[in-house]
Amino acid sequence: MESVNTQRSEYAVRMVDISKTFGTIRANRNVSLDIMKGEILSLLGENGSGKTTLMNMLSGIYFPDSGSIYVDGKPAHIRSPKDAHDLHIGMIHQHFKLVDVFTAAENVKLGIRDSLKKTKAAIRSICERYNFTVDPDKKVYEMSVSEKQTLEIVKALYRGADVLILDEPTAVLTPQETEALFDVMRAMKADGKSIVIITHKLNEVLEISDRVAIMRKGEYVGDILTKDADAQKLSDMMVGHAVSLNIDRPFVEDKKLRLKIRNLSVKDHMGVLRLDNVSFDAYSGEILGIAGITGSGQKELLEAVAGLIPTMSGSSMIYIDPRTGKEEDIKKYDAEQIRALGISLAFVPEDRLGMGLVGSMNIPDNMMLRSYKEGRLGLTDRRKPLDLAKKVVDELEVMTPNLDTPVRKLSGGNVQKVLVGRELASEPSLLMAAYAVRGLDIYTSYAIYRLLNERKLNGGAVIYVGEDLDVLLELCDRILVLCAGRISGIVDGRTARKDQVGLMMTSLGGNTGPAAD
Amino acid sequence: MLRIRKRTNMPLWQQWLVRFAAIVLALLLDAVIIYLLTKMNPLKVYSTMFTGVFGTSRRVWNAIRDIMMLLCIGVGLAPAFKMKFWNIGAEGQILMGGIAAAACMIYLKSLPAALLLIVMFIAAALAGGFWGFIPAISKAKLNTNETLFTLMMNYIAIQLTAFFVTFWENSYGSGIVGTINPETQKGWFPPLFGQMYGLNVVIVLLLVVLVYCYLRFTKHGYEIAVVGGSRNTAKYAGINVPAVTVRTVTLSGMICGIAGFISVAGQGHTISTSTAGGRGFVAIIVAWLAKFNTFVMVLISFLLVFLEMGAKEIASRFNINDNLSKMIMGVILFFILGSEFFINYRLGLSKAEEN
Repeated sequence: MESVNTQRSEYAVRMVDISKTFGTIRANRNVSLDIMKGEILSLLGENGSGKTTLMNMLSGIYFPDSGSIYVDGKPAHIRSPKDAHDLHIGMIHQHFKLVDVFTAAENVKLGIRDSLKKTKAAIRSICERYNFTVDPDKKVYEMSVSEKQTLEIVKALYRGADVLILDEPTAVLTPQETEALFDVMRAMKADGKSIVIITHKLNEVLEISDRVAIMRKGEYVGDILTKDADAQKLSDMMVGHAVSLNIDRPFVEDKKLRLKIRNLSVKDHMGVLRLDNVSFDAYSGEILGIAGITGSGQKELLEAVAGLIPTMSGSSMIYIDPRTGKEEDIKKYDAEQIRALGISLAFVPEDRLGMGLVGSMNIPDNMMLRSYKEGRLGLTDRRKPLDLAKKVVDELEVMTPNLDTPVRKLSGGNVQKVLVGRELASEPSLLMAAYAVRGLDIYTSYAIYRLLNERKLNGGAVIYVGEDLDVLLELCDRILVLCAGRISGIVDGRTARKDQVGLMMTSLGGNTGPAAD
Repeated sequence: MLRIRKRTNMPLWQQWLVRFAAIVLALLLDAVIIYLLTKMNPLKVYSTMFTGVFGTSRRVWNAIRDIMMLLCIGVGLAPAFKMKFWNIGAEGQILMGGIAAAACMIYLKSLPAALLLIVMFIAAALAGGFWGFIPAISKAKLNTNETLFTLMMNYIAIQLTAFFVTFWENSYGSGIVGTINPETQKGWFPPLFGQMYGLNVVIVLLLVVLVYCYLRFTKHGYEIAVVGGSRNTAKYAGINVPAVTVRTVTLSGMICGIAGFISVAGQGHTISTSTAGGRGFVAIIVAWLAKFNTFVMVLISFLLVFLEMGAKEIASRFNINDNLSKMIMGVILFFILGSEFFINYRLGLSKAEEN
């Protein structure tokens, strides 16, 4: 508790050659990271780059496959969160680990043999010291998100954390709350504590941290002192150099307006603004890529168009029918009505088994999801889905023991082929696909790109949400870059540079300064 | 160290072999228990179970009647369960159907016999359906927990039944309704093929086939399967999840209401708080073990009724405490349920599992 040493040369934690594998995914590969005493370290990287996995190994959630950890210079084996507490390491997870029906004080003393009275007094003194406000008697379910986060920090401090890890703490906060959090972090730093903040927001990195460590695709890229860094340098390190993939990008002369989105805003069920005044057009004969850090509003954008989530007033989504040229604002319709209107829209959602398919059903039954209403006399027509299933399995080379196997028993790539095959079967005039190649091998990925290109050549408008910038830059005609629910810009896929898109993803409009309101 | 691994595809014949082996093992264990506790010959006890159920044609028909009752409720639960809507309110839905049927018998006895039966059928289905509709609409609109809601509805139905029993009390002060229309037999099932419970069998087997086809071949059935599989996917596919929920659970309640009708018109010719007699809960086991396949339910219903009647017979014949017969039943059920574990999982030593 009384680490007053703020000298930069002292290591609080050293992680050496850490590797961690989940199944076939190598989440961390020989990562070495040092945390100094009394510093604020930003751990920067795209989603899936292994930041959280690395920190989870420090907080006892995971145990490394190989490599070693030293805390205060001594080798440490952190097998559980309790071991981490004993080493004075605390982590505030993205999803809070609080008991909703308990009060703040009860949550803080959970698992510790202290009297409630003592805990409450300690909470008050911690609050005074760092200028928090936490009501020890308030129940967690009555708290706002920011209050819960504060409580998590108090909980970690009460347990004597000298190293505090915050996993994307600002994702759920308003700008004012973020400022307050940063003040707290600075106060803790002045108190000699080490703070690691996991984030992908460049402006915050530059504002709060002393040093930045960057990870990409499970590997440690390097670190840089914040005073020597700027947004461009950081985003370059984050996204890496452009790699050539040789994906086809046929050019279509005759483009027609298919979808006109104007002032689209969406709030999630918690009331948080997820899409803020988004306007763009999508044309037939082109693939419009959507780039952005995961959670920047891509999911909401596609789901809003598909009629799955409500949009805010003032939004409009005009669909232009390719045969009649008739304009229809699909904002007021849900998925059922859009289908009934005969709008030829297909959607390959990110969550394949949770939204696109029914895991317990076999392939033909999943094919039927789009067509079951066509049957006569209230009965389902089983022939067509069966034929389609055979065709998809055949043409897309789906590996399955037989057609009767529940799709959840198939591998990820095969599940995706079934889903994409079904969605393309209707030859949609508007096709939306989210992370269509996530988790797929190279061969299958290229098969999917080929299918998307075919749809584009056959007069479909394709909207493709992707996470791999190299793919987006080679596949898409235009790329719309989202940043925190807003359009950061729309660039030409043929001329855009990777560093430019990377910067737009991390800061609005590619500006380095804080986003203007 | 034991390691449990999920098993993916055991051939069907092997699955039935495992289940059969489970029953044999259960009977063996039961034999040991019977011998140790009573020193009786287990084989004799088992053969008594058989004669208890198949001994006379009257017993056979009583067994068939009970099987049909249980089957009817199981079939009623199937649509709701397939949608993963845990309707444990069959008990109440049966009672509501029973009340409606009894009311028709009492107040509409002037109608022609056949017409009266049809009116009773419809009234019972509507009453049972209404009892399903209430928790369903609440789930659809407010996302309430259906398990608690349907359970609570049972108690309301029991109190309502108690009220009507007092209201319709026959022979003042007896506290029971007594046989309704004993002379005219209005609203009673007529004998079919010379059998008293013939009509019970026909109605229930018809329901077995209808519900099977409904779940398997219709658009509604498909929607139920999708909603049960993933509500998100259903929404994505343009299925109106709240509407499907209300429709399906109402249907489920209607069939349970029909079970109440059969109980009143085809069996007891009276109504009491024990008209459902806990069968609304036993039927959950039926529906579950049959994995919502109504044809398999015939088998499961038979097994459960056989065990129950056989156990009663042992208790009375050998003059033993009927806890022993319950134990015998419990062991058999435990083994059958337990066998599902070996069908779905593979046990192995952890050492052998290393790569």
